[in-house]
Amino acid sequence: MNVRSQVSMVFHLDKCIGCHTCSIACKNLWTDRRGTEYMWWNNVETKPGTGFPTKWEDQEKYHGGWEVKNGKLQLKSTSKAQTIFNIYHNPSMPTMDDYYEPWTYDYQHLFNAPEGTDQPTARPISMVTGELIQIEAGPNWDDDLGGSPVYAENDPNLKGLTPDQRAQLVAVERLVFFYFPRICNHCLNPACVASCPSGALYKRGEDGIVLVDQKRCRGWRMCVAACPYKKMFYNWNTGKSEKCILCYPRLETGQAPACFHSCVGRIRYLGVMLYDASKIEEMASLPDEDLVEAQRSLVLDPNDPEVVAAARKSGIHESVIESAQRSPVYQFVKVWKIALPPHIEYRTMPMLFYVPPMSPVMSNVADGTIHHVSDNLFHDIDESRVPLKFLANLFGAGHEEFVRYALRKQKAVRWYRRAVTVGDVEMATAERMLREADCSPEQAEAIYRLTSLCTFDDRFVIPPMHREEAIQMMEDPLEHKQGVGFGFLSGPRRGM
Amino acid sequence: MTSAFPFHNQLCFIVFPYVAVLTFLLGTILRYRKDPFTYSSLSSQFLENRKHFWGLVPFHYGIVAVLVGHIVAFLLPRQILEWDSQPLRLYILEISALIFGLLTVVGLVGAIARRLTVSKVRVVTNGFDWFVLSLLLVQTISGVYVAIFHPWGSAWFAAAISPYLWSLARFNPDLGYVSMMPLGVQLHILMAFVIIFVTPFTRLVHVLVAPNPYLWRRRQVVRWYRSQKEAS
Ligand code: SF4
Ligand code: SF4
Repeated sequence: MNVRSQVSMVFHLDKCIGCHTCSIACKNLWTDRRGTEYMWWNNVETKPGTGFPTKWEDQEKYHGGWEVKNGKLQLKSTSKAQTIFNIYHNPSMPTMDDYYEPWTYDYQHLFNAPEGTDQPTARPISMVTGELIQIEAGPNWDDDLGGSPVYAENDPNLKGLTPDQRAQLVAVERLVFFYFPRICNHCLNPACVASCPSGALYKRGEDGIVLVDQKRCRGWRMCVAACPYKKMFYNWNTGKSEKCILCYPRLETGQAPACFHSCVGRIRYLGVMLYDASKIEEMASLPDEDLVEAQRSLVLDPNDPEVVAAARKSGIHESVIESAQRSPVYQFVKVWKIALPPHIEYRTMPMLFYVPPMSPVMSNVADGTIHHVSDNLFHDIDESRVPLKFLANLFGAGHEEFVRYALRKQKAVRWYRRAVTVGDVEMATAERMLREADCSPEQAEAIYRLTSLCTFDDRFVIPPMHREEAIQMMEDPLEHKQGVGFGFLSGPRRGM
Repeated sequence: MTSAFPFHNQLCFIVFPYVAVLTFLLGTILRYRKDPFTYSSLSSQFLENRKHFWGLVPFHYGIVAVLVGHIVAFLLPRQILEWDSQPLRLYILEISALIFGLLTVVGLVGAIARRLTVSKVRVVTNGFDWFVLSLLLVQTISGVYVAIFHPWGSAWFAAAISPYLWSLARFNPDLGYVSMMPLGVQLHILMAFVIIFVTPFTRLVHVLVAPNPYLWRRRQVVRWYRSQKEAS
């Protein structure tokens, strides 16, 4: 056992209202520089939809993630030998057209326009060239199902759905969609790191945050192609790749990442999980249907004395172990099993998990309301208007049982709470549901509390990162007194 | 030793090469230590994809092959001469060298045209880039010119240029053959040192950081802040 700690995350999709506050918080902090305008380290997609960059989930096009070839785990986009030949021109690299060309408006024209008969307008200008442009796409171009025939209908997750199920998603006046906020998953088996020819990408040993060493990145762009979630971005101005840094300068000072902190729906949870690093490759090589369980098995029980002893031996600080024991993420992922990894079939072992959405609870049959059928209390889950298969393609490598389990448990918790507080459901029924959903009343209570009544400190259990000690060990703190903080002491200058 | 040769020859083929190599070494090392952030391929594929393929791929395949050829001829002149002792083998070598040379020129012209015509790419092109591109253009064209009009270069490079370069490397410069070379060849040699000279100040430094640890390193990279001994 090689115990490591990982700052992990849960997004509770039932609570996301699609307000994009998270994206804006991130943009204002990190990506408002030249060359990064097009990047959205945090973005919120409407599902069904093609996402950002367009159709990022279509790995036939982008070749992201891993595959098992001849029994061995390999990057889809490139092998070491191929890298030598592809380095001049990466065939799987998305271009700016797959994202969008960032623009602003010519506001000055409103003031400078000569007197005339027409009102002056502020026309869009490209933030790359400064020339006038026709806007053809933007982030969230398909927000709330805008342009469904072009976007929603081309969602790669519709694979395997019957024509009826597809039609049901876009039926007039009974459209259904949900939001899918995404950041870098800070994977356990990151494809981005494995693909970097310069070794510039790395995972921080202590907390698992995946970063790009800006001083070693040479702009070979292999990571952009390799990350199946398309969360590696190429800064066209500096010639370096950039990605979500999980706001590590904030985490190190005990603050939640900006997108977590600002989340209006309070859908985001953050905490440490301990895992066994020696088994990653083995688990990531298993067949698709075993991957969800395999990833869970990597996560270790922080209350198990054996694990604690092994963690201490691996040098994990006492305070981090303690933090792992209080981690909300551990509860969602391993104890309750209602948070699932996105697209585990990409085999990067993402450490951001999603609670699949119940809403809209309306059924797809008859008048759209749910009729209580006493012999099958969960019938509406299989008949729900977001087809289970669609969710399974997102959160279970196409296998419905994991999503069904999570949804049944959520529903049972709702009915249980309804029996407790409203009383229009019989307690006996509610308890039967809990039983059938593999949930004890105590667990239901805990899920309810962490879902609905959670405070800031419940949601974010940030481990002390002990960077101060690390810095002391490596350099003289007095000498570096004013050098603390993040980034370079000089502005990053584009090379020649 | 060298005083028998005219001054401008000494300047171009003895003094300047040393200045160029010294600048190259000092400049690239200092830049790497002081400003590693600026070491990048500065790729613009993200801004334009198709023309990038048709320009950059032939150029790089061509130039890498040609450079390797020059280096091998420099390091192993005797083996090259031996190889050339049969006419058929000589032809094969000469023709493939010419093909790679032409590939380089065609790719380079494509790359230049792309930079001129694609407005997004023009934004990330500065004066130094144009300077480098024109140097490369002159150099590759002069190379192809030499290959066509002064044939059997693989043989006379090994017999004449290699000894000259070795004499420089041994700090015992001998201009013997070089001073008698045709103008085209002399230009090609001189330009080579000009390019070496300007490398530290341009994007050409990316050649020096071409991936190498990649082929040997483990797939995943983990960096620890606490000492590695503690961490198993
Ligand atoms: S989501 Fe992509 S960028 Fe983030 S760690 Fe995983 S592979 Fe790397
Ligand atoms: S801030 Fe929260 S609720 Fe709003 S879109 Fe982002 S994740 Fe969803």
